[in-house]
Amino acid sequence: MFFQQLINGLNLGSAYAVIAIGYTLVFGVLNIINMAHGEVFMFGAFIGLMLVTHAGCNIIVALIGAMVGGAILGFFLEFLALRPLRRRKVTHLAPLISTIGVSIFLESLALQIWGPQTQSFPAQFEGSLMDAGLFKVSTIQIIGFGTAVILMILLTLLLEKTKIGKAIQATSENIETAGLLGINTSRIISFTVMIASALGAAAGVLVGLSFNAIEPTMGMTMGFKGLAVLIMGGLGNIRGAMAGGFILGIAEVFSVAYGASSYRDAVAFGIIILILFLRPEGLFSKKGKGGRP
Amino acid sequence: MKKKWLVRCVAASLAVMMTAALAGCGGSKDSNSAGGKTVKLGFITAYTGPGAAYGQAMKEGVDLAVEEINKDPNTKVKIDLKTYDTKLDKTEAINATKKAIEQDKVLAIEGPMTTGEVMAAGPIAQQDKVVAFTTGGTGPDVTNVGDYIFRNAIPGKLAIPQTVEKAQQKLGFKKVALLYSNNNDQMVGESKIYQQVFAEKGIEVVATETFADKDTDFSAQLTKIQAANPDVIAVAGLYQEGALIAKKAREMGMNQPIIGNNGFNSPEYIKQAGAAADGTMVATPWNPERQSEKAQNFRKAFVAKYGHEPDQFSAQAYDAMYIIHEAVEQSGTTTDRKKFRDTLAKIKDFEGATGKFSFDDHRDPAMDLDVLVIKNGKWTPLS
Repeated sequence: MFFQQLINGLNLGSAYAVIAIGYTLVFGVLNIINMAHGEVFMFGAFIGLMLVTHAGCNIIVALIGAMVGGAILGFFLEFLALRPLRRRKVTHLAPLISTIGVSIFLESLALQIWGPQTQSFPAQFEGSLMDAGLFKVSTIQIIGFGTAVILMILLTLLLEKTKIGKAIQATSENIETAGLLGINTSRIISFTVMIASALGAAAGVLVGLSFNAIEPTMGMTMGFKGLAVLIMGGLGNIRGAMAGGFILGIAEVFSVAYGASSYRDAVAFGIIILILFLRPEGLFSKKGKGGRP
Repeated sequence: MKKKWLVRCVAASLAVMMTAALAGCGGSKDSNSAGGKTVKLGFITAYTGPGAAYGQAMKEGVDLAVEEINKDPNTKVKIDLKTYDTKLDKTEAINATKKAIEQDKVLAIEGPMTTGEVMAAGPIAQQDKVVAFTTGGTGPDVTNVGDYIFRNAIPGKLAIPQTVEKAQQKLGFKKVALLYSNNNDQMVGESKIYQQVFAEKGIEVVATETFADKDTDFSAQLTKIQAANPDVIAVAGLYQEGALIAKKAREMGMNQPIIGNNGFNSPEYIKQAGAAADGTMVATPWNPERQSEKAQNFRKAFVAKYGHEPDQFSAQAYDAMYIIHEAVEQSGTTTDRKKFRDTLAKIKDFEGATGKFSFDDHRDPAMDLDVLVIKNGKWTPLS
């Protein structure tokens, strides 16, 4: 049962990690928490579902389609809710509130378009169960986990190896200096929010596939989990978000497996509090950098 | 010069609006007097927010009932329905109840929707001596709030023993795993009833696991249950979570029958769980195959109006509106709340879409339930 629960935990954790990276990217560059991220995640799930059920796409195309959809949403989110506020140099609280506004708008819109009922991917995507002796794993779990890992690797490569990735890192370090060095920070910010939203949308499809429940309010709970991971991993720290996602997922599953299921969230968030006591700056960040990488 | 023109324009449009509003008032008064008496009733439900799936179903049932009643030439008292949305929030339920009683001055209220909301808002209705008739509050203490609280929601104490008993007669199981939602008052209450019934029948509970409403991942709980190897899985939860539990269990290779509670009884459960729904059992007041004129007329009218099949919640909400209306006509009052309550309490053998309905002396429903099992994606009687 230990290995089976570990698989369950990794599966859940990979979804948390991908969501948390989206928060982290935006926080790292803009120093704000994007409260609409959970709803972008939900829209991604619905776009993927629509592509599969109405356009008959396969799951890879649906995933890419959802990511493109998420990126477009991210562009408008940044253009309409963040950029005007940044120009006026208002407090950090204002974009927080404006993204909450966007999240409520998106949730209501989804309720209008798709209705309140829970929907799920058609049965052919449920996948078969493979028995590996110690544990059983379904193809969907492998696809979900694999995609999450591939996305994380691609993101790391993008940030470390490409010019635009370095520009994102520079902007996240200091926006004015980056601007002085000739980086078009406005474009970089827009691009970052788009990547973050595309990742959020991809997470939506993965969660929709693994847990079979796509509905307009799904962004809320997942969004909060993602926020918790953001804090635990160190604000703006991408590796921290990845590791934090897995820690939270595994902690949740094991508190059910070896404790009582009623205390699941209490144990999981208790661990987060404990980690923050020991390392207030987050798991993976260096001191004095406010959690930055 | 230009500005003056603008001011005149605004003044003129204001004047037009005022006259229109006044004319509108007069118009509605005329139509009221022409149609005889009208009773103001409140309907409190949650048709947006996390409970929207249930609230929408209830709203559809109530809207259909009111439409039919107001269209029927034999109707003596027409209904002026005020609908309030609580978004499944207890505070909103309290506000809606206060607004219905104090501001809109309704004779009686259908709702609020869930046990939690009735427990929060019921005492206000009780204090002001206004009937609150809930169609969704199935928790054990709902009617203990006071003698103005009524329901046709089937409490767990009625449904669960019937389901477990009939299922055990059929399947003869000995070991059971219990899974319930622990952030939902109603489901916690029902899990206790399950445990009591299992103890009485000598059924061993090999695992007790919990989850929360809106959870989507049940793999950890089900892995634990799988290891305990029960004969049957009993669940107290709403159908969204129920469907996910059934799907995950089947995916993991667990083929045990599932005993569900009230929350499972919706076409959505089968739609969402698909083939995994097979083998699920529930007790229900609404059997779509019931061969009665009332039931089939309701089903036809509902499908014609909304384009989909009614579920238990629509049927109960629809019946409740008819029962309230029946009591209004019998009592002969549209304002005397006490007289209305006393008449409502005496309603007996009312023939509705869900069968013959009476209140017991605790204002809970006294009616026969069907235990249904899903076979090949269809509810069929268990026998």
